[in-house]
Amino acid sequence: MNWMSFDEALPVIFMALMGVSMLIYVISDGYDLGVGMLMHRATPAEKDVMIASIGPFWDANETWLVLGVGILLIAFPKAHGLVLGQLYLPVALMLIGLTLRGVAFDFRVKARDTHKTTWDRLFFAGSTLASVSQGWMLGRFVSGFGDGWNYPVFAAAIAVALPMAYVLMGAAWLIMKTEGDLQQRAVEWAKIAWLPMLIGLVLISMATPWVSETVRNRWFALPEIIALSAIPLMTGVSLIAVRALLNARAVRGHLSWLPFVLLLLVFVLGFLGLAYSIYPFVVLDQLTIWQAASSPAALKVILIGVCISVPAIAGYTIFSYRVFRGKTTELRYA
Amino acid sequence: MDALILARMQFAANITFHILFPTISIGLGWLLLFFRWRWLKSKDDQPALAQGWLDAYRFFTKVFALSFALGVVSGITMSFQFGTNWPGYMERVGNVAGPLLGFEVLTAFFLEAGFLGIMLFGHGKVSERVHLLATFFVAFGTSLSSFWILALNSWMQTPTGHEIRDGIFHVVSWSEVIFNPSFPYRFTHMMLASALTCAFLLIGLASWQILKGVGQRSAPRVLRVGLTLAAVLIPVQIFVGDLHGLNTLQHQPAKIAAMEGIWETERNAPLLLFAIPDAEQRKNHYEVAIPNLASLILTHKADGEIKGLNSFGVDHPPPLPIFFAFRIMVGVGMLMLASSWLGLWLYRRANWQPQRMPRALLWLFAAMTFSGWVATVAGWYVTEIGRQPFIVYGLVRTADVVSQVPSSMIGLTLAMYVTLYVALIVAYVAVLKYMAEKPEETLEQEAEERAATPLGIATPGMVPEGGR
Repeated sequence: MNWMSFDEALPVIFMALMGVSMLIYVISDGYDLGVGMLMHRATPAEKDVMIASIGPFWDANETWLVLGVGILLIAFPKAHGLVLGQLYLPVALMLIGLTLRGVAFDFRVKARDTHKTTWDRLFFAGSTLASVSQGWMLGRFVSGFGDGWNYPVFAAAIAVALPMAYVLMGAAWLIMKTEGDLQQRAVEWAKIAWLPMLIGLVLISMATPWVSETVRNRWFALPEIIALSAIPLMTGVSLIAVRALLNARAVRGHLSWLPFVLLLLVFVLGFLGLAYSIYPFVVLDQLTIWQAASSPAALKVILIGVCISVPAIAGYTIFSYRVFRGKTTELRYA
Repeated sequence: MDALILARMQFAANITFHILFPTISIGLGWLLLFFRWRWLKSKDDQPALAQGWLDAYRFFTKVFALSFALGVVSGITMSFQFGTNWPGYMERVGNVAGPLLGFEVLTAFFLEAGFLGIMLFGHGKVSERVHLLATFFVAFGTSLSSFWILALNSWMQTPTGHEIRDGIFHVVSWSEVIFNPSFPYRFTHMMLASALTCAFLLIGLASWQILKGVGQRSAPRVLRVGLTLAAVLIPVQIFVGDLHGLNTLQHQPAKIAAMEGIWETERNAPLLLFAIPDAEQRKNHYEVAIPNLASLILTHKADGEIKGLNSFGVDHPPPLPIFFAFRIMVGVGMLMLASSWLGLWLYRRANWQPQRMPRALLWLFAAMTFSGWVATVAGWYVTEIGRQPFIVYGLVRTADVVSQVPSSMIGLTLAMYVTLYVALIVAYVAVLKYMAEKPEETLEQEAEERAATPLGIATPGMVPEGGR
């Protein structure tokens, strides 16, 4: 068996790091964007609880996006230019959405009471704009930025599906972090978002083999297909379990954490499937990670920093989640 | 307009908006740590004194949270605009810039964002010591962040420690890249700029509260802290600024020529108090000058020679914006010097009783709340426009790394960003004013009410930070 040299392996390591950062971003900012999109359905008092449930976390959640894009920028500079050039407008819209949302979050409690409603609306609008833009970008990215009528339609479908996935995550987060009426409503919201998310997932799974022969050959060859079938099967089982749980009484009791954890599993599985499809490309069928990578010398320097700081980041992230564990309503200052 | 100018305007708009908020959060983080520490030290023995520090901490924590949020969101935009606006930049100098930006995100950004939650909402969930430590990490993180960013910016001004193979930059020595010739000066200059911006923010908001008759417990103390800080640091800043200028003369003489409005290389160069440099006719209009002073300041000799813009051919920055930005920065600095010294002297004579201060001076201070922003942004314009037409001084031209995105698209997004930023600055200033005018008792009452309801945590930044 031929092993890669360390220099050849460096781009693979960084691809993995970038992927994991993006995955953590999508999961963590996914739930708080989802909560933002559910805001307009809640009463003013519920809005305060919803905001409180994500308050201590959102800053750090968005930092993963900076890290993911940062790795794209510093480890794969050629791909950074190509990808962001293709996605110029949706990126700008996403940034405006994230900006609106981030500031509305802080302004809403500090501004005059009469202005609070406006900031709440902007919080909702910003969360939605950012999620829809991200969906569009994901759709364009996984289909290799192809030209033709069907590509924008596909991207538009993902632009609806991804926000729905976020809403489902957000609702699951609220089921876990809240009690009473709000929790009951979160269960209803989750039921609404479940089907669109499922459709989106199926669409993405079908689209990549459809646009790329590389991907098709990789998935639909024997004996790989047998081993690989574990991914869609487990995803399907998890999603069905989530749907079943939403009807169960236990979801509002001792199993309130389970839908969120199952959805987390779905995101991880989806990510693994996507990674298997795309590797070793940064831009599908156009640019491999070795073509796009910075010099090994620069990558080694960054890797040293990563090895020191990522365990520390993981440590204090876990610490922060522990400090703010439990139901949000119990999080009051004593 | 062509895509290069639009891309530069868009990046300038974003970076201008961004720098406002780190400038506040870098200094304010340390000030919050100071307020918190004073409260902890005095709360058992001198409850009345402690209450003032706690009120100051509560109020400025909200200012910090708001500034931090605006800094984070505009910082995220920046990380994307490197690629959307200057794709060629990372392709050519990625081996230098990448690790520095990477270390910034890994060591600093995460540290701040991770501990901010505990600092803002963690009170009562962690011990006093852990809370103070979290505040320290946030302050330390913001400073560490500027260390990396200024290392990169300074390297772009005075690049060393690299070699160029086939047009791509490779690092030879990291210590030379990081501690490049202009870095120590620029870093110190910016840290002091942040401290002064915060000092005048404290002075301005406290003066406003005194004028409006609110904040009796904290405002007198905050005013004293701000005035002391400003009066001590502004002379240091003027000294450091002078050193930075001398360093620039050595490494980027064209920038100095633009700052001073000097066209022909000359001895006994006069200091221009006012002029309108005309790049077309290559001369100044309406000069008001003090003979020999520019030579004296820059070379410390009355007949010292200063190179003129004409000796750089076409590769020199546009003098007009640099000339004026430089004078605005220096002018605001002088005003800061005069007002903080006068203010501290009078306040001491008034035995630290704010009601005995001249109201006109308090109004001046209130008007100067954001004077640090003006000076900081003007200073950055001098240094950044002064680097043109290069993105890496003398080595990489800005025009060669610009993106090929159609200019209509850049124009459209530029308009969106600018609209958003202007609205947000207005909202920021308005909310600060509104928060400053709330009586401390109301804040305390709100804090207690919120603590008593199940929605206690529900209001970020308004969470009661102190014990009763």
